[in-house]
Amino acid sequence: MSKYTLDYLDQLESEAIHILREVAGQFEKSVLLFSGGKDSVVLVHLALKAFRPGRLPFPLLHIDTGHNFPEVLAFRDSLVAHIGEQLIIRYVEDTIKIKKLTEPAGLFSSRNALQGNTLLDAIEEFGFDACIGGARRDEEKARAKERIFSVRDAFGQWNPKLQRPELWNTYNGKIHPGENVRVFPISNWTELDVWHYIQRENIELPALYFAHERAVMEHQGNLMAVPDAIPQNQSQTILKKTVRYRTVGDMTCTAAIESGATTVEAIIAELTAASTSERGNTRIDDTVSEAAMEDRKKNGYF
Amino acid sequence: MDILRFITAGSVDNGKSTLIGRLLHDSKAIYADQLLAMEQQSRSNAAGCIDLALLTDGLRAEREQGITIDVAYKYFSTAVRKFIIADTPGHVQYTRNMVTGASTADLAVILIDARQGVAEQTKRHTLISSLLGIPNLVVAVNKIDLVSYSRDIFEQIVADYQVLIKDFGLKSVSFIPISALKGDNVVSRSTEMSWYNGDTLLQVLEQVEVKKSVNLKDARFPVQYVIRPQTEELPDYRGYAGKIISGIYRKGDKVIILPAGTESTISKIETASSEVDEAFAPQSVVLQLSDAVDVSRGDMIVKKDSVPAMSQELEVMLCWLDNKPLTIGAKYLLQLNSTTTKAIVTGIAYRINIETLQQEPEPGQANLNDIVKASIKTAIPLPHDAYSRLRENGGAILIDENSCATVAACMIQ
Repeated sequence: MSKYTLDYLDQLESEAIHILREVAGQFEKSVLLFSGGKDSVVLVHLALKAFRPGRLPFPLLHIDTGHNFPEVLAFRDSLVAHIGEQLIIRYVEDTIKIKKLTEPAGLFSSRNALQGNTLLDAIEEFGFDACIGGARRDEEKARAKERIFSVRDAFGQWNPKLQRPELWNTYNGKIHPGENVRVFPISNWTELDVWHYIQRENIELPALYFAHERAVMEHQGNLMAVPDAIPQNQSQTILKKTVRYRTVGDMTCTAAIESGATTVEAIIAELTAASTSERGNTRIDDTVSEAAMEDRKKNGYF
Repeated sequence: MDILRFITAGSVDNGKSTLIGRLLHDSKAIYADQLLAMEQQSRSNAAGCIDLALLTDGLRAEREQGITIDVAYKYFSTAVRKFIIADTPGHVQYTRNMVTGASTADLAVILIDARQGVAEQTKRHTLISSLLGIPNLVVAVNKIDLVSYSRDIFEQIVADYQVLIKDFGLKSVSFIPISALKGDNVVSRSTEMSWYNGDTLLQVLEQVEVKKSVNLKDARFPVQYVIRPQTEELPDYRGYAGKIISGIYRKGDKVIILPAGTESTISKIETASSEVDEAFAPQSVVLQLSDAVDVSRGDMIVKKDSVPAMSQELEVMLCWLDNKPLTIGAKYLLQLNSTTTKAIVTGIAYRINIETLQQEPEPGQANLNDIVKASIKTAIPLPHDAYSRLRENGGAILIDENSCATVAACMIQ
């Protein structure tokens, strides 16, 4: 190997930083979507690297569904305080009230679809022209179709049949007023790449990702967090299990997995041997239909 | 460990998506839940075969029609290497999406249906692969099981293909008889073709040298963004952020800022993690200069020992990607790395006929998926290199100012 070759993690990092800087160079009013999950934490880490020692040229935005894990919100706030950057929070709860939206019923119903409304409202409120997200192409078959710069029309819609050609590392960020571009700097990272990077960079994450004892309920074969209020007609048993979360979304639709992995090393070993995909046994919102993710994305979800 | 980026190309129904499914399946890169989902969704379940194409055809419309509309990116790795696959569409109408996948590929797998031989799309995709300078081609003659694993048919296709590419100047082309559906010579060696002694597809993918078209000789640094903290501790800090697209930069190097031509010296280089004495392509870095010169996004910092061409007149091979035709005299935006300038197409010298591969002089306009040679005049002088010599600084896009669409891929001559 020549001394002028880059390891794959360095290649991925360099590509992501290049994309983040293109956003800063091409857009007037961009924002980074930050949930406190591992992918968006890595994204913030990369953004700090891309613009140091300067400030981030964009604020962070969290669309709070009201169903988040409290540990993740606490982590989100401490991270933002630590890096001293601006965090905007918009609440799905407020959108529901203002627009008199109907919430899906049921014990483990998700606000995923409603989240899109709040996001689109926030984009309109601030006039964001680019929204940086931590979605990866390896997560899901509709996400595998995403461009790095992915245009959304004035209604926030994705048209997968009419995506712009994306050549070399040249990203066309030209849009009409009212449109926005979703930008995915870690498109080409896999779940394992993210964990190897977390290990290498010593990145802190919410404790939820590591094995701990926790009260859970079994729901269609998934281990779900126990809701604050359980309707009286429900008779599920509450179990104590040693679990961790492979993805962190809403408490209502993200399942835990049984695991003894308490360190990043152990998680990497566990994932290397895993027989199920990241979202396969953790996201009950994806299993609603064959095109669940595509349909949400078409409607403005990222 | 390194990364190989490759595409699969070829006509509709030649089995590209199935091949990728097979590659991932046989190298154990498909998870149990994904396999289960595919089993449940397989519509052509007659023979008990899983429809492996479902893995990459991720859009509703693709599954409805059983075709690939847009590029799907898939990832897998073996003990040897990591792979990024771009599964690109075969339909002529979606050629622009094939070009998207091809532009970043180190290798192209071109599928040919053993029953049909070299088809129009084989020619188109080979031509595009060659124009885009993909360093390695693998021709996979698929569905060989449907022609009784015939050696004669395989060799006839190899001979036909070699006639096709004789003027293309392709350096590395290999041929493999495969059955993506049954798995012959994809990951596992076929037991049906004792006459074939070459490598399996996976062996080729693992062994091919990723001559990362990284050029370390000609230093090119397009400035993406200027970092100016303007804090009490750093009142005067001014760093130029960008990715070194080729070459090596060292502290103390004498540099020229283009297009202005101003000279300065590199005083400091910072990577994402630390300050270093030298940095190389494709690292993303921040450069600082010893003089307070005017540098902004769109400028290029180069070294005195190798200076790119600077002109407002460009000759390009152009692949037209829009439904609205390109006409002579039309104005566009041209984007090359971080520079965007107004541009006008001043002439179209010829169009390449995909069927005959002959040049048709002065076609007057270019239609969707046409490949033409054109001349372009830009509003400002543009530092550039010939695409064949330095892919990173010779590939530009044209943008329609009205629709904002990316309408052409230009390979500067």
